[in-house]
Amino acid sequence: MTAQTALDIAEVTAAAPRRQRALRFPRSRKTIVGLVLLAIFVLLAVVGPLLAPHDPTATSADLLQGPSAAHLLGTTQSGQDVLSELLVGARGTVLIGFLAGLIASVLSVLIGVTAGYLGGLADDLLSLLTNVFLVVPGLPLLIVLAAYLPKSTGANPLVLALIIALTGWAWGARVLRAQTMSIRGRDYVAAARVAGERTSRIVFAEILPNLTAIVASSFVFTVLYAIGTYVALAFLGVVDPARWSWGGMLFWAQSQNAAQVGAWWWFLPPGLAIALLGTSLALLNFGLDEFINPRLRAAGLSRKAAKAAGVPRRVRFGLTPVRGGRR
Amino acid sequence: MIHLLRRIAFYLVTAWAAVTVNFFIPHLMPGDPVQNLIARQQGKASPQAVEALRVQLGLTGHQSLWSEYLHYFAQLAHGDLGISTSFFPASVSSVLTAALPWTIVLVGVSTVVSFVIGTLVGVLVAWRRGSWLDGVLPVATFFQAVPYFFFALIVLIVLGSNLGWFPISGGADPSIDPGFTGAFIGSAIYHGILPMITIVVSSVAGWILGMRNMMVTTMDEDYVLVAAAKGLPNRRVIGYAARNAILPSVSSFSLSLSFVVAGALLTEIVFSYPGIGFQLLQAVQAEDFPLLQGIFLVITFAVLAANLLADVCYAVLDPRTRQEA
Repeated sequence: MTAQTALDIAEVTAAAPRRQRALRFPRSRKTIVGLVLLAIFVLLAVVGPLLAPHDPTATSADLLQGPSAAHLLGTTQSGQDVLSELLVGARGTVLIGFLAGLIASVLSVLIGVTAGYLGGLADDLLSLLTNVFLVVPGLPLLIVLAAYLPKSTGANPLVLALIIALTGWAWGARVLRAQTMSIRGRDYVAAARVAGERTSRIVFAEILPNLTAIVASSFVFTVLYAIGTYVALAFLGVVDPARWSWGGMLFWAQSQNAAQVGAWWWFLPPGLAIALLGTSLALLNFGLDEFINPRLRAAGLSRKAAKAAGVPRRVRFGLTPVRGGRR
Repeated sequence: MIHLLRRIAFYLVTAWAAVTVNFFIPHLMPGDPVQNLIARQQGKASPQAVEALRVQLGLTGHQSLWSEYLHYFAQLAHGDLGISTSFFPASVSSVLTAALPWTIVLVGVSTVVSFVIGTLVGVLVAWRRGSWLDGVLPVATFFQAVPYFFFALIVLIVLGSNLGWFPISGGADPSIDPGFTGAFIGSAIYHGILPMITIVVSSVAGWILGMRNMMVTTMDEDYVLVAAAKGLPNRRVIGYAARNAILPSVSSFSLSLSFVVAGALLTEIVFSYPGIGFQLLQAVQAEDFPLLQGIFLVITFAVLAANLLADVCYAVLDPRTRQEA
């Protein structure tokens, strides 16, 4: 969905003057909310373990208590402090998400740009590879991979991020390939080639800078995917649940029937934290999408603002007026 | 036709790749997976089960890798996915055959419902851009970011445990004999409502957003303007735009489907729904590798089949793919 939109629309990007782009991007309210939320979570990942009031693994006599002054978010079945688990778990969740996003972005740029730039047989083969990875369901493959990994290797964040990235790069590669093909055919690239510039310079200096927005958007999307996948793996218990993460918290809550006994303080905080982190990334991606495709921005003034300014705003033919068309 | 044949060829290649990866994973892992298994299960696995696993994984050491690879394909061609170690001596195929219908019906129905609702809402939101309907977007974004199984937990606790409107586990009332009887089907539908609602609500946002974005882009096209300028009723104009805007949604079906399937597997676990997802959890907990690998293959094949179906729909919707010679 987003992939296709980005494809169709990316051509608009190149035309927009650079200065205006830089100014306009952060203005959208969605983007700002997304950025602020994301910053809070990243901060939490860095300082969270220091803020935790208790050792998350330490058991106490308060079993399955609701929120109180001593335990702000209550305790688990074995008396562990939920708030401490939440704060300590932030680091693992955010770290793996970003690590996997980074690895997957590098992979998708390498494969997508290579396929788009070279064309021919190399393109056919790389596209085939991309499409295969796109269609094969990622989660079951990851579960098989993670289950076979020896427990000590499987607990390593880098290994986990690597295998998650392995199933998450294909979407970005497909979008980047299409955009590279479109840019490759432009006059200025042809000029650079005629001028005898090296291939590496054409790729890195002429093509890649024009792909920045798409790379950023696919990075955010992949981080979102990676966090969701990591949470799912931890929830299933494939990843060692003794390491604190939000998915691991949900694993314990589920396996100890937290929902059935009504211990909402146990599973609600990690779930909401995941949802908010995901929302912040999705909002950020919205902003990037609108930045790549100006037509997705809310058109003109809102009804209220138009009325206040005394501008008549009538929707003709039931169509929404759009500022600055493509042609 | 040529377009469809090419797609079928692609799916065959993908299926081959999935089978090959599945074959090689146990061979590439450090150490002897069978020894690892015995060590982890601490004597729980019977010697017969261990030997069966060794033969099935092609780790007997008697044959070359290549002949083991061919042997693996021959086994698969007979529908033989090996012996499950946790349900020993039941075969993986028999375990999966029991679970598969539940998952296919649940995921199939909820995917179709979610696609239809999402597309319609997406069209509406795009058409009335700038009105209060824009408020749907942030809400949809939030639901898209909520993990399926977390939403399932909430639905379970509120509608199942607290209000008691719906059963909280199982696929049907165990006291009713399975079969094509009204009582059994009624009970199965009653048990399936909550998981279905969960999957629809969690996945509908993706369709809304995709359709809305494409629709906004399509409404800018000249032919839509012409249709409106000719004075055609709004319904017709929306129809013209929507028919074109829906194409990317259909073609991105493959991408979405693997998300939906992954989410549905986890939803089943929360509701203890007797489908593939629940088997997956049990296989993970029991470290039943043949069952895990069998599940991976079956899900992959099911997803490929669904994709082929989406391609056929695409060909029906878009005449260009049919003319391409």
